[in-house]
Amino acid sequence: MDDWAALGYLVAAVLFILGLKRLSRPRTAVRGNQYGAAGMLVAVLVTLTDNSIIGFEWIAGGLILGTVVGALLAVKVQMTAMPELVALFNGFGGGASVLVAAASYTQAVDLATETSRLSSSAALASLIGAVAFTGSLVAFAKLREALHWSGFPGITFLSGIGMVAAVVFAVLMAVDAENSLWLWLLVAVGAVLGLLVVAPIGGADMPVVIALLNSLSGMAAVAAGFVLDNSLLIIAGSLVGASGLILTQIMCVAMNRTLPAVMFSPAPSGSGADVDDIYAGKVRSTSPDDVAMLLESAERVAIVPGYGLAVAQAQHAVRDLTRRLAERGVEVVFGIHPVAGRMPGHMNVLLAEAEVSYERLVEMDDVNPTFEQTDVTIVIGANDVVNPVARTDPSSPIAGMPILDVDKSDVVVVIKRSLSPGFAGIPNPLFAADNSLMLFGDGREAVVSITKSLQHL
Amino acid sequence: MELLIAATLLVLAVFLGVELITKVPPTLHTPLMSGSNAISGITIVGALLAAGADHSTFTAVLGFVAVTMAMINVVGGFLVTHRMLHMFGPRRRRAAADQSETDGEDL
Repeated sequence: MDDWAALGYLVAAVLFILGLKRLSRPRTAVRGNQYGAAGMLVAVLVTLTDNSIIGFEWIAGGLILGTVVGALLAVKVQMTAMPELVALFNGFGGGASVLVAAASYTQAVDLATETSRLSSSAALASLIGAVAFTGSLVAFAKLREALHWSGFPGITFLSGIGMVAAVVFAVLMAVDAENSLWLWLLVAVGAVLGLLVVAPIGGADMPVVIALLNSLSGMAAVAAGFVLDNSLLIIAGSLVGASGLILTQIMCVAMNRTLPAVMFSPAPSGSGADVDDIYAGKVRSTSPDDVAMLLESAERVAIVPGYGLAVAQAQHAVRDLTRRLAERGVEVVFGIHPVAGRMPGHMNVLLAEAEVSYERLVEMDDVNPTFEQTDVTIVIGANDVVNPVARTDPSSPIAGMPILDVDKSDVVVVIKRSLSPGFAGIPNPLFAADNSLMLFGDGREAVVSITKSLQHL
Repeated sequence: MELLIAATLLVLAVFLGVELITKVPPTLHTPLMSGSNAISGITIVGALLAAGADHSTFTAVLGFVAVTMAMINVVGGFLVTHRMLHMFGPRRRRAAADQSETDGEDL
């Protein structure tokens, strides 16, 4: 690599760093993303001038095909489908790192320039990249609800065997250097591992997995950087790896679960035995008209959305209700739990799409002290994140999980299809509380009806 | 590049990444993920080198597939992030929306 190319890569790295810095504020975030894209353009252009590039047919074909497919996917996707699209893109990044490592390693083996450093970094890149690739595809299929398979008993044990096999193949790859078979075996084990580890994870644990896979694709790029001896891959990959790990950590804290618990213990499931004790005779259902009347006399209303909001595509209906209330002088805020939805920040994106001002979206720690002064809280499609059991019952599967204290507001209206439990599989005493009203039905239709009733008042 | 220098870059970049990302508010977590995801498509650099190396048809095909995948990651990632941020973003539209809300209060 000549000095000019190295300088170009440095410019690209600086652009990535400035881009990430600017992504941290809504006001500058659009610019930040453009900085990142500019950095990528610089990196590609600099690479194309590299002396070792002789033929451009394959390059041109790949660039055109990838651009068309990527642009089509990005432009066509619905905002509610964002989690699976991010998972899919992430998988492609991981897959690309595998192939980069495989191509350089094959080349080095053919030319007998292979070294122990090369083989160990190629082993890491192919293993991590393959896990990120199939793991992301499984996450994609699960989020699209195209895959309902959640593994089989003993799947964790099988994953353990897979990890041991991966270590063995990596060692063999370093010892038996003339043979590129070990690399492909390692890719195969990584691919199976990605499948086995992600398949049992579902529902509310999804944000953790998506963040972790994001981190893995960054680490795969770092390993590919060691293979190619390329500083830019190492720097950019590390930035992504670190960002994914931090998000993973934030999501785990928000659920009071550890990463190993999310990955290797099956989804927590509570007993359904005492459901009748909790709900029998205590659940009061209400109608849109009654809710509208409550809202009419309210001064402060909090709306707490969950994954059900995305499923019901209720974000625009909620926006209309918010506007109607604001016109009447009601103060409306949204209480957002960090793991509401299927990826970090999912609710924020949905509500932003519906043009709900982000000043109205309040984080858990800031909104919790305000519930006591809130007249009406409307819970839409959320369950475990508002379950007071997390505070009261140490034996519950969600004990200690930080929740939104909606039960402290004067009235809680829960919009939900039925009394069915959330991801944690436990009943929610909130539904039977004295200050709770259930509005059964589809989230979007319910909110539309409330807004209509409010108009007639 | 010496291994030790590469390792130094790695460690420093991880620290930098941690510093940068812990400041991002939860509102922007999704765009942050899809934006940083697009940056992980930096492996395109290696893909281009593999596809253009003219070593063997096999490595060229590997390179071609890698360029395609990385490019989907890069182009799709930055575009979709742009779309998302645009919804958080434009001051004009946001101002207009808030304006109509305040107007409504007078009714």
